[in-house]
Amino acid sequence: MVAVRYQTAFKLYPYEKVPAQSGPVQRHPVVIIGGGPVGLALALDLGKKGSPALVLDDHDGAGQGSKAICFAKRTLDIANRLGASGPMVHKGVVWNVGRVFHGDGQLFTFDLLPEEGHRNPAFINLQQPYFERFLVDEIRAAQNAGAPIEIRGRNRVTGVTVKGDHARVDVDTPDGPYQLEADYLIACDGARSPTRDMLGLSFDGRVFEDNFLIADVKMKADFPTERWFWFEPPFEGAGQSALLHKQPDDIWRIDFQLGWDIDRASELDPDRIRARVDAMLSSQTGTVPDYTLEWTSIYTFQCRRMERFRHGPVFFAGDSAHQVSPFGARGANSGVQDADNLAWKLDLVLKGLADDALLDTYATEREFGADENILNSSRATDFMTPKTNLSKLFRNAVLSLANTHAFARPLVNSGRLSVPCSYDGFDGFGPDAMDGPKVTRPGTTCVDAPVDNGFLLDHLEGAFTILALGGTAPAPVKAHGITTKIVHVATPGPALTDRYLGAKDRAVYLIRPDQHVLARWDDYDAAAISDAIATAIGKG
Amino acid sequence: MPLNLSPNIPDPDGFYDELLRAHDGLTADESAAYNARLVLTLCNHIGDREIIRAALEAAK
Ligand SMILES: Cc1cc2nc3c(=O)[nH]c(=O)nc-3n(C[C@H](O)[C@H](O)[C@H](O)COP(=O)(O)OP(=O)(O)OC[C@H]3O[C@@H](n4cnc5c(N)ncnc54)[C@H](O)[C@@H]3O)c2cc1C
Repeated sequence: MVAVRYQTAFKLYPYEKVPAQSGPVQRHPVVIIGGGPVGLALALDLGKKGSPALVLDDHDGAGQGSKAICFAKRTLDIANRLGASGPMVHKGVVWNVGRVFHGDGQLFTFDLLPEEGHRNPAFINLQQPYFERFLVDEIRAAQNAGAPIEIRGRNRVTGVTVKGDHARVDVDTPDGPYQLEADYLIACDGARSPTRDMLGLSFDGRVFEDNFLIADVKMKADFPTERWFWFEPPFEGAGQSALLHKQPDDIWRIDFQLGWDIDRASELDPDRIRARVDAMLSSQTGTVPDYTLEWTSIYTFQCRRMERFRHGPVFFAGDSAHQVSPFGARGANSGVQDADNLAWKLDLVLKGLADDALLDTYATEREFGADENILNSSRATDFMTPKTNLSKLFRNAVLSLANTHAFARPLVNSGRLSVPCSYDGFDGFGPDAMDGPKVTRPGTTCVDAPVDNGFLLDHLEGAFTILALGGTAPAPVKAHGITTKIVHVATPGPALTDRYLGAKDRAVYLIRPDQHVLARWDDYDAAAISDAIATAIGKG
Repeated sequence: MPLNLSPNIPDPDGFYDELLRAHDGLTADESAAYNARLVLTLCNHIGDREIIRAALEAAK
């Protein structure tokens, strides 16, 4: 029996019986548990590189309900590399104007003008089920083109046993249980990760004593495409903070921060929710627009991570490995970066081009990334919900100054936009042998810039790439079984110059398959590039 | 430039008087809130995180 734990918004991978359920136990190079944003992104990335990936999910599609809505530029850039970003950006809502209120009054507005010269906006608002559906659409297209990806719906993992260099997995299906084996088992099975529990691993961190009421409402009326955030909202029973922003399909996401001691059942009473929503929506115009309640729920959150993301042949990625508060939208966004980091490393190891030890760098790099995300979202939470009288005193001092003085506005923290971390000083990067701009130092993700009629990141397609700016086109370097791609821009435009050259008139960058800068030089030197590749794959 | 801990305020008695007067008529809570705004305003003017860090230490 595979019980249904939640409703699905889209049925994407209906259950189909496969011969392996009755035959002998099969060994797979990579098995991914969970078809959420992280498991799907990982499977697509591996499959497009020609490495096999089997996804097991205990449902048959994308879960309904209030989950991620803000997808950041880095996620869209990764999805672009995977061929899936077009429909996301098309469907998603881009907003620029935000308003911040404190009590009855508006403190200030801001306009997030997009930075010029990037393919993707800073972020889009898009319901998570759509994000997952567009990934599955691209997986189907890749499968048709021969990518070795398989998704098995309604396959619930009920047991995981580490057997030295591989894992044994028990799976339950509507037709009963079967077993399989995985050289590498990637647990992308969410915050309640059954895999983590089955291996008896802990998940420690900080619980925030707070409840958030989420209401997704549908409004046909014209309502501004803006983000409204209230500290200490004036509406009856609204709690400590409130947030309103737009999603596709005329849906608006409303959050009310209710505090710790609440009666969940009565707070979920539709009349009570409607009273709050009425007060919020009419606060600026005095009239309540027509709306319907599409989805409501109450959630609490935590900031925590596993101590180690790798346990022998088992890896943890996404919410199973780390959990953050939703402020700053770092959950799905950071999880997709986990997938981005792991895919190329697994691919090299499966192809025999790198040793298993390369996979340890997945854990060290992404544990660091998780710490940065946890730090950022804890800070936002502490600003929004001051825990002591003193922190409330300073918080309100910032808010009252922000009303009249621009200097205080950057201190107002209602969630910071998710941006990727930089692996400064990590093993595997360097050298930085060019006096170049800081934004493109080794460790960082490549910033986008216009190139010809398109964008730089379109040319960084998931392989080791030499990016040569100015000068003449270099020859590919072949080292340790890896042949680099070449991207040569003879006459870089102003944005590319500003971001990659600074005062120099030429430069040579070596870029990792996940678009992180590995090393950079003034001039092309095939031996130095070969050494840097060796360092990057752990053969240096 | 390191944090200046030598006398630097012209007319010290006048300054002190002005500082206290700014709190005239405020309750203890209002005074505390006012001080917080004042600290933030001054820190922004300084801007230099090293100096602010040294001041946070020196004032302990
Ligand atoms: C209210 C709310 C708002 C949020 N807003 C944002 C936001 O704006 N931006 C953002 O980036 N993030 C946001 N998040 C976080 C985001 O939803 C998660 O980080 C994201 O879903 C994590 O993806 P995942 O693939 O790791 O796990 P999940 O999405 O949880 O997917 C796990 C999958 O594993 C499957 N599974 C579980 N157990 C088993 C099993 N035993 N066998 C087989 N399959 C199994 C599940 O069915 C599921 O399909 C928000 C979260 C909440 C709750």
